[in-house]
Amino acid sequence: MAGMGMRDIKRRIKSVGSTKQITKAMEMVASAKLRKTKARLEESRPFSLAWKRALLSFLGDLQGVEHPMITPREKVRKSGYIVITGNRGLCGGYNTNVMKAALEHMKTKKASCVVAVGQKAKDFFNRRGYDIPKAYLDFSEMPDFMDAKDIRRFCVEKYLNEEVDEVYLVYTQFVSTISHKPQIVKLMPLDDEAVDSCVESDESLKHPKELAEEAQKEKIHEKMNYEPNVPRVLNLVVPNYLDSLILGGLLESSASEQGARRVAMENATNNAEEMIERLQLQYNRARQAAITQEISEIVGGAEALK
Amino acid sequence: MAKKLHLEVISPDQILWDDEVDTAVVRTIEGDVGLMNDHLPLVLPLAVGRIKIIKDGKPREASCAEGVVKIREDHALVITEAVEWIDEIDIERARKAKERAEKRLAVKKNDVDLDRANIAMTKALNRIKLYERSKK
Repeated sequence: MAGMGMRDIKRRIKSVGSTKQITKAMEMVASAKLRKTKARLEESRPFSLAWKRALLSFLGDLQGVEHPMITPREKVRKSGYIVITGNRGLCGGYNTNVMKAALEHMKTKKASCVVAVGQKAKDFFNRRGYDIPKAYLDFSEMPDFMDAKDIRRFCVEKYLNEEVDEVYLVYTQFVSTISHKPQIVKLMPLDDEAVDSCVESDESLKHPKELAEEAQKEKIHEKMNYEPNVPRVLNLVVPNYLDSLILGGLLESSASEQGARRVAMENATNNAEEMIERLQLQYNRARQAAITQEISEIVGGAEALK
Repeated sequence: MAKKLHLEVISPDQILWDDEVDTAVVRTIEGDVGLMNDHLPLVLPLAVGRIKIIKDGKPREASCAEGVVKIREDHALVITEAVEWIDEIDIERARKAKERAEKRLAVKKNDVDLDRANIAMTKALNRIKLYERSKK
């Protein structure tokens, strides 16, 4: 850059400056959205937790119950993945991290298909030749319960039609504004693997086996009754539980996206500021050099006239 | 006075109730069920309807969507996808939802949409009914 003239430097300062304005604006938009999604996420967390706790206790009561959505299939031919990403980039490693985690997990499976939530997931898996039976593109920023239900309905249908033999949910957990963790949870069937990942998601949760043992030891509890009968209760309750998991995943992801974007844009703004500072210095030097040169030329010319 | 029941009502948007009550009445798929302390341990799926909570003799009602209720001794847990006090029902939104569902039912695209419209319709009608009754 040493050879740049004054005008070039000035132009670059201007262009970096306008980039900075954009990143600054995006940072502010992201932090506003982050505040909103974070509030919704925090409101919904007790709900997800309550569902997890309820389902684990049902599974504890009903050890060994046979149900299409609980009993694992003998052979797993195809695995379904719900991958939640954003629609847009400019948010650091947020999209890549979650897709990489999904890809890594798929390596252990024979065949996979992807239900993509977000433009990025759709493009990514399309490029790699995965089968995408459905893509949801219009709600990754502000998901609500109906969205979660739509996804669940689609996946349960695929699963019950035996088009897939297991379903995983891949999302990004919002730990804090600067820390997001890709997570993979098994949705169906609700076998040991699914239960383990559910138990691990929160410290306060206990494994159904533990719960069953406790109940036996204490013997205070009468046996739980399920009305009208166990299969019907499970038919209604398991989908609701899945809804809560998917909604949780959507909200966690969307908060993570805003968080990641805010951090990325903050860094970009800082870098732009640094760059402008450096360029300004260069500009001043170039200006000074030009003036010095002019003066010496004038002085030289005056000397020559004597 | 009999011992009280601890009731929790949880939805994705809020924890509506986490306190002791005398009685609670919930709408299950098989009809209304009253919950009191020392109830038989029971798990019941909820239908779209209402929850009536009676504390210190004073009743309060809320509209409620699908979910589940679990009761064990002195503790009852209601988890539902949507719940709000009747005086907090957004009646305009419910009416609009009803219109939307009506339109969708009229077009009849495919089964999934129909299903969804039907559920939306039930919920909207439930809210409107509860709201109008409370105004009388």
